[in-house]
Amino acid sequence: MSLTIRIPTQLRTLTGGAGEVEVEATSVGEALKALDAANPGLGDRLFDDAGELRRFVNVFLADEDVRFLDGLATPVVDGQTLSIVPAVAGG
Amino acid sequence: MVDFVTGLRCRECARSFPAEALHVCDYCFGPLEVAYDYERIAATVSRERIASGPRTIWRYRDLLPVSDDSPVDLGAGFTPLVRADRLAAELGLDELWIKDDTANPTGSFKDRVVSVALTKARQLGFKVAACASTGNLANSVAAHAARAGMDSVVLIPHDLERAKVTMTTIYGGTVIAVEGTYDDVNRLCAELTSERPSWAFVNVNVRTYYAEGSKTLAFEIAEQLGWKAPDHVVVPIGSGSQLTKVAKGFAELGKVGLLDEVPHVRISGAQAEGCSPVATAFAQGSDAIRPVKPKTIAKSLAIGNPADGWYALQTMRETGGSCASVTDDEVVDAIGLLARTEGIFAETAGGVTIASLAKLVGSGAIRRDERVVAMVTGHGLKTVEALSDYTGPTATIAPTLAAFDAALEPHAH
Repeated sequence: MSLTIRIPTQLRTLTGGAGEVEVEATSVGEALKALDAANPGLGDRLFDDAGELRRFVNVFLADEDVRFLDGLATPVVDGQTLSIVPAVAGG
Repeated sequence: MVDFVTGLRCRECARSFPAEALHVCDYCFGPLEVAYDYERIAATVSRERIASGPRTIWRYRDLLPVSDDSPVDLGAGFTPLVRADRLAAELGLDELWIKDDTANPTGSFKDRVVSVALTKARQLGFKVAACASTGNLANSVAAHAARAGMDSVVLIPHDLERAKVTMTTIYGGTVIAVEGTYDDVNRLCAELTSERPSWAFVNVNVRTYYAEGSKTLAFEIAEQLGWKAPDHVVVPIGSGSQLTKVAKGFAELGKVGLLDEVPHVRISGAQAEGCSPVATAFAQGSDAIRPVKPKTIAKSLAIGNPADGWYALQTMRETGGSCASVTDDEVVDAIGLLARTEGIFAETAGGVTIASLAKLVGSGAIRRDERVVAMVTGHGLKTVEALSDYTGPTATIAPTLAAFDAALEPHAH
């Protein structure tokens, strides 16, 4: 499946300035791994030592927080958009 | 005017950043905190210096993250701290005070944080003020932007109370209603911040400064109590920011020598049951806050994925506080109780605070002999819809004496 990952400002130094990156994957976790493979160092910023998403990283699949879905195991379909968004906002 | 800011620091990994429009750590996405030179503040600040300042939050400018001789100001802060003996008697407390933030210029505590945020935003060169809001912030950003001659773009959930929408649009800015929850609005704004870097989203890219405004609640309470910290404070939790900043405020007063004694303030939280991710984690003794889909009349607290929830949790635990959640019916009852005992009309969030206060007294989490302060953070006229089934005239009559007597009979005085 081909999907688009939206990159926040804070990570664009690792994507050569790109705000969107296309990857091939079948799940959310796979998509983020593919993003890391293409942009070395990016995975360290998203995952903690246990391989879980860091506390202050939110990931949305088609505008739904993946924590409401199946987390990193959530399957993706062709053409979906995944957004990485810093959690610290609002209130 | 100079400020005493030394920079920004990540709360998680302690990396340092310059005092610019940054809100999260580039490395770990942790929240940034304003760092101050407390030694220099201690050498400058005094009770007399504060007392000679304006009767607004700006009397505490030495402890705020921006200093400006003419801040973006509608007169936020220095709201009444009201001794609430009649409510205390109802609840079984010896000494209770209400911090009445309904008295702020746009009717909520948000004027404190917005005045700080837009003063800093203007200093940083921003021309547009923006925010994601559950309503109170929208009111305040639109008003303060008008005051400052800035454009405003305010994003709100589509189902807000009518007064909050009216009160935002009247100031002439752009108001976008989003088909979704506050958390959806928030996510959109967090993404927009990357795409519109020339806009100051008060609770996104200038959030680090914005949040500091809530410290003034603690500063005022201590000053109004004769430079003494209370024993216990009850704070409503939306994002959890206010609760953590109130704790920081009391700690700072101790640190710079404005209090005679080291403050030990227990901080307790209040949530609506229909949106209680923090109260749930507190009750379970868990560190993990599970986001929820909010369903409550307390819309100003309806944040299902609270940015500072984890820090609020830590603060309540570290200070020996507690956390309660209350039903919508209890919220409505508490709004009535506060109004009828103390003459203060609170919005639904204030009902959450008072109902939670009652619950925490009932469970023994708040002791009778503590000096307690409850935060009433927004005005009741903003959320009249929540009360429409419960309120109305005692009677509607013909303009005659007989009709009046007949109507009054069951309510004889």
